[in-house]
Amino acid sequence: MLSFDLNFEYARNWKSKEASRVILGYTPIYFPREIVHAVNGLSVGIFGSGDRKQIIKGDAFYQSYICHIPRGIIEMVLDGNMKSFDGFVFPSICDVMRNLSGIFKIQKKGKFVKYLDYPQNFNSEIGGTFYIQEMKHILEYIFEINNVKLTTENLNNSIRLFNKNRQLIKAIYDLRREFPSRITYEELYHIIRAGTVITVEEHNEMLEGVLDFLNNEKGEPLDKIKVIIYGAFCEQPPVGLIKTIELAGCYIIDDDLVLGSRWIQGDIKDDTDDPLKALSEAYLKNSTFSSSMYDVNNPKGERLVKLAKDSKADGIIFAAPSFCDPALLDIPQLQQACDKHDIRHIMFQFSENTGQFKVIKEQVGAFSDSIKLWV
Amino acid sequence: MSQEVSKEKSMILQKEMIGGLLDDLSITKETGKKVVYTFVPGNLSELIRAFDMLPVYPEINALQSGMRKISGNYIRDAEKAGHFEDVCTYVKCDIGMMINGNIGPTGKKLPDPDLLLLSYTGCFTFMKWFENLERIYPGVPVAMLHTPYQENGKITPEMTQYMVKQLKEDVIPKMEKVSGKKFDESKLKQTLAESVKVEDLIVKIFDTTKNRPSPIDAYFAGVYYIGPINIGFRGTPEAVTYYEELYKEILYRVENKLGPITPEGEVDEKIRLVVEGPPNWTSFREFWKLFYDHGAVIVSSSYTKVGGVYDTGFRHDPERPLETLGEYCMHCYTNLNLPQRIELLSKSIKDYHADGILVNSIKSCNSFSAGQLIMMREIEEKLEIPVGFIESDLVDPRYFSYSNIKNRLDSFFQMLNQRKTISN
Amino acid sequence: MSKYYLGIDLGSTTSKAIIINDKDEIIGRGITNTRANYKVAADIARQEAIYDARFSLLKKILEKEVTAQPIYEKYLNDIESAFQFLQFKRRLEHLHSQFNNTIESSDIFADKKLYLETIRNIISIIEPVIRDEYIYGNLGSKSQFFRDVVNEKFSIEVKKLDLAFFEPLMLAFDKSITPVENDMFEFNFKELVYEAMDLLDSKYKGLADTSAEGISVNFDAEMNLLKGNYDHITDTFKEHINRVADYEIHISNMVGTGYGRALLPFPEDCIKSEILCHAFGAHAIFPKTRTVLDIGGQDTKAIQVDSHGLVTSFHMNDRCAAGCGRYLGYIADELNISLNELGSSALKAEKEVNICSTCTVFAGAELRELLNIGEERNDILAGLHRAIVMRAMSLIARSGGVRNEFTFTGGVARNNAVLKYVSELVKENYGDDLKINVHTDSIFMGALGGAMFARRNINADLPSPKAKINN
Repeated sequence: MLSFDLNFEYARNWKSKEASRVILGYTPIYFPREIVHAVNGLSVGIFGSGDRKQIIKGDAFYQSYICHIPRGIIEMVLDGNMKSFDGFVFPSICDVMRNLSGIFKIQKKGKFVKYLDYPQNFNSEIGGTFYIQEMKHILEYIFEINNVKLTTENLNNSIRLFNKNRQLIKAIYDLRREFPSRITYEELYHIIRAGTVITVEEHNEMLEGVLDFLNNEKGEPLDKIKVIIYGAFCEQPPVGLIKTIELAGCYIIDDDLVLGSRWIQGDIKDDTDDPLKALSEAYLKNSTFSSSMYDVNNPKGERLVKLAKDSKADGIIFAAPSFCDPALLDIPQLQQACDKHDIRHIMFQFSENTGQFKVIKEQVGAFSDSIKLWV
Repeated sequence: MSQEVSKEKSMILQKEMIGGLLDDLSITKETGKKVVYTFVPGNLSELIRAFDMLPVYPEINALQSGMRKISGNYIRDAEKAGHFEDVCTYVKCDIGMMINGNIGPTGKKLPDPDLLLLSYTGCFTFMKWFENLERIYPGVPVAMLHTPYQENGKITPEMTQYMVKQLKEDVIPKMEKVSGKKFDESKLKQTLAESVKVEDLIVKIFDTTKNRPSPIDAYFAGVYYIGPINIGFRGTPEAVTYYEELYKEILYRVENKLGPITPEGEVDEKIRLVVEGPPNWTSFREFWKLFYDHGAVIVSSSYTKVGGVYDTGFRHDPERPLETLGEYCMHCYTNLNLPQRIELLSKSIKDYHADGILVNSIKSCNSFSAGQLIMMREIEEKLEIPVGFIESDLVDPRYFSYSNIKNRLDSFFQMLNQRKTISN
Repeated sequence: MSKYYLGIDLGSTTSKAIIINDKDEIIGRGITNTRANYKVAADIARQEAIYDARFSLLKKILEKEVTAQPIYEKYLNDIESAFQFLQFKRRLEHLHSQFNNTIESSDIFADKKLYLETIRNIISIIEPVIRDEYIYGNLGSKSQFFRDVVNEKFSIEVKKLDLAFFEPLMLAFDKSITPVENDMFEFNFKELVYEAMDLLDSKYKGLADTSAEGISVNFDAEMNLLKGNYDHITDTFKEHINRVADYEIHISNMVGTGYGRALLPFPEDCIKSEILCHAFGAHAIFPKTRTVLDIGGQDTKAIQVDSHGLVTSFHMNDRCAAGCGRYLGYIADELNISLNELGSSALKAEKEVNICSTCTVFAGAELRELLNIGEERNDILAGLHRAIVMRAMSLIARSGGVRNEFTFTGGVARNNAVLKYVSELVKENYGDDLKINVHTDSIFMGALGGAMFARRNINADLPSPKAKINN
């Protein structure tokens, strides 16, 4: 169960094979993994502990009105699950995760802890420059540990590999959009999450295999509606909940659960002589939309509607973790955008260790039925 | 009520200042002055004034609504319109107020914004707030100023440059367009020079709490003293006059060993506290009473620093106007990282001889709340000082439980008193 | 004259009173359920404590006799049981007249005569049953309060009747019980004890004729022995009882504590924080304690104490029912079993079912779902008990952890399953060699602390006098 291994065995094994290998842990949503790859590092996604760990210490750090994901992360780091990690990066997403980076600093976890402040200014000379500086800081930290210098060639190579990764994921999603019965979303989720804890080379191989399979498998289509899930881009729903949604009559054909792996739309230029700039440009111009990105010039409501229409979704399920500021502050306007364009939607809140699926099953089931019957 | 406070000249000055601003805001149609909505953390009032524009602060509107006990209804209206529980109640109150005609504290309608200055400082919710406002006021330009977080506990030249470029290339051009005026750097420099005077004064004022008894309460009265700075008067001659007068009055209290004034008279200081976290606005008076009834005086608070931290030496530098604006923003309390906040609180505890520190954890404010528990423990361990913990909210009256808070505060104060008896 | 000190703790579920002497020894304990009228709750608890004190004084005086003839202890306990029953009886009589009022004054009871008759029947059935439970079954020591005792028996009888009676009778009960609960009954100790002894006559003299159940053969033999000496005993006792009844229990000082949802019915300078009282009380019984966990009805407190019994820090969870006694009450209701049975059932589990919900409200739904899919009730109960302790553990972790020794107090500490999980989880997380203290007087810790503060005459904190402003 690689994807959900809270002990990160794979990463530890990988690191032990070569002296200059480093592990960097990153939290949602997006992280430019290319840069770590280029300096002999493995970036590992930390998505919390889900419903797989009992939290006692973690709860001591947070009041009851804060989401669940940081508790699991703290529990894991205090229990030594991430002992082999050399450093931690917290991409800017919200104040809770921002302050969590401070907690890691206080607890002196890892050889370095960095909060990655993504620019909310999308001008290449302004936000872009700042972003490149942020990436350079991370590279400096890693250099201090393993002395591997970044070369243009290496970074371009890494970009190439991650481009391939994104292409493969996109191909799978595209295929599944048309033939969702060929593989369940649950299986797909496992596969995508696996990519966040293994090397990109291995993941690409895995994905090629999956694509092959999908191309050959015919599957048996069931009478289910096609939905997009939005809102679970950080704290993840437990697998049981995902299963429940599918069992209740839905094919999940798009989502934002492991959004970071699909963040950049299209390929990043892999043949420039300033690949850091290429990464930065890709971020500024070709990012998908999310609650943690300023969107006044490119409202996400419209983008979500477009996504729904392009993928021929029957409806949208807004699934937000309880107390999640980014999701909960955005969803009302997203719902309004949906209403304007006559896109059906429902909403519920969850937490990563929810054990109770009955209510959600009924809600989703009713949604599915109502669309099948009346639309 | 009792013999009071309305005698103080500084209060009259402040009232005039604020009244003046509200008057100006109510006649913008006639005067043609442009209105900028912005935030208290990262408050670029000097820049706004350099363009002769008027500032409006939705946060201040929200807290005013709270104090007038009308925030509960606004929040309910916002929730009816689709907003969720658990999110920032300032935002919901503001949206509710807009749904209900945007009537300001004086009962007059507040003018619509001509510019939304999204000073994205110290609080993620600010971004969402103005994204939401932009939908309510389509067509109004939004100027995003991203203040980088002091993630490593310091301000680097890169961070400053990032801010300067944003100001030059985006914020100032937008302000020029909206105001119809060209950017006048010398005007900005002048205003900044006045700001320095105000900053010097406010530091002196809050420093008076070193005295025993402390002449002021740095939390309940502190949020009132910081008012002019927060609502756009830093850098104005009126503010200088106000703070000079206020400082004089406070020095008088110091000389005569007088304690802080409250709605029920002077406090007989028994307990000295540092408070971390915003106050509750909907039950402000009752909340304050729980303190002064026990002779508890607050000698320093972190909330009074959300609009700028000056006691570590920062002052606006008129010689580097844009850089200094950036540095000012980065230096607001909620933009400091956790270790810096712990450091600041610890220093306050030591400098102002506090008997204990109290955390008021606000349900809907993650920027303040997430991490307070570990801050408490670190401070408790390092300084061996008692820490109290209460929970409430900014402006949602449903989350202020009087008996709950009274029980915890009474226990905390009795605990402090017991310890004092033993150590004496 | 000996001095005594009183501490009263008005909790959310139960009100407790403790009387100590000037050596900090507990001589009287009183407990009752908290009801709407706080003053009555406090008064009843105090009254119970005073009666309890008199009985313990009586036992002390008769110590020698009791040691010589152990059967006397049985007799003394029986007097106390009968005494408690007589108090109950008074209240029952009052309840009966309230029933009558309710029926007379409301049109819901169409056939008034029928209802009055029905009530009279029910009461005449349940009274002797309850009497026997007090006298033979030691009901008095089981901390079942008036409302619970009557409710249990009343419900049984109502269920035997036609379904149409159910709602109106239960409605009548709800309407009638409240005034009874909020009324204070004054009893004359001496009179009541004599009456108790008279009542016991029937038990002892007519022993062969009794129809009470569950009397052991052993008991029979002992009672026969006593029967023989009965008259002699009662005379000796009467002398001592007179002395004890007239003995003045002078309360020199009192401290009241509790959660002030409404105003506490004590003079302001007699109120002390429940956190401090609790810590002090726990420390008095276990001087080496450094961490105290109190799981009450509606809140949970984790308190760190120093060697003097003074609080150094505390953390409360009072906004949320999860992890408090209410949670268990809710579960008991859901499963239709009594609170007392919860713990023992949970202990019979073979495994603990994992409960994910941290919210009381959702735990109920999760419980039903688990039953539906076939999980064993006891296993689910075990999981629920574990869940409640997990919440308490979070609170403890937040307050700085557990330091040796750890004392667990509060009403919930009486639940053996909770106790089991607390021990397990504390040891798991804070070390095996940690000493865990539990005491039968756990629920009285707050009142005890209050009484001890009263003895030390430590001033409560008065609001500071306001200085005038100079003009």
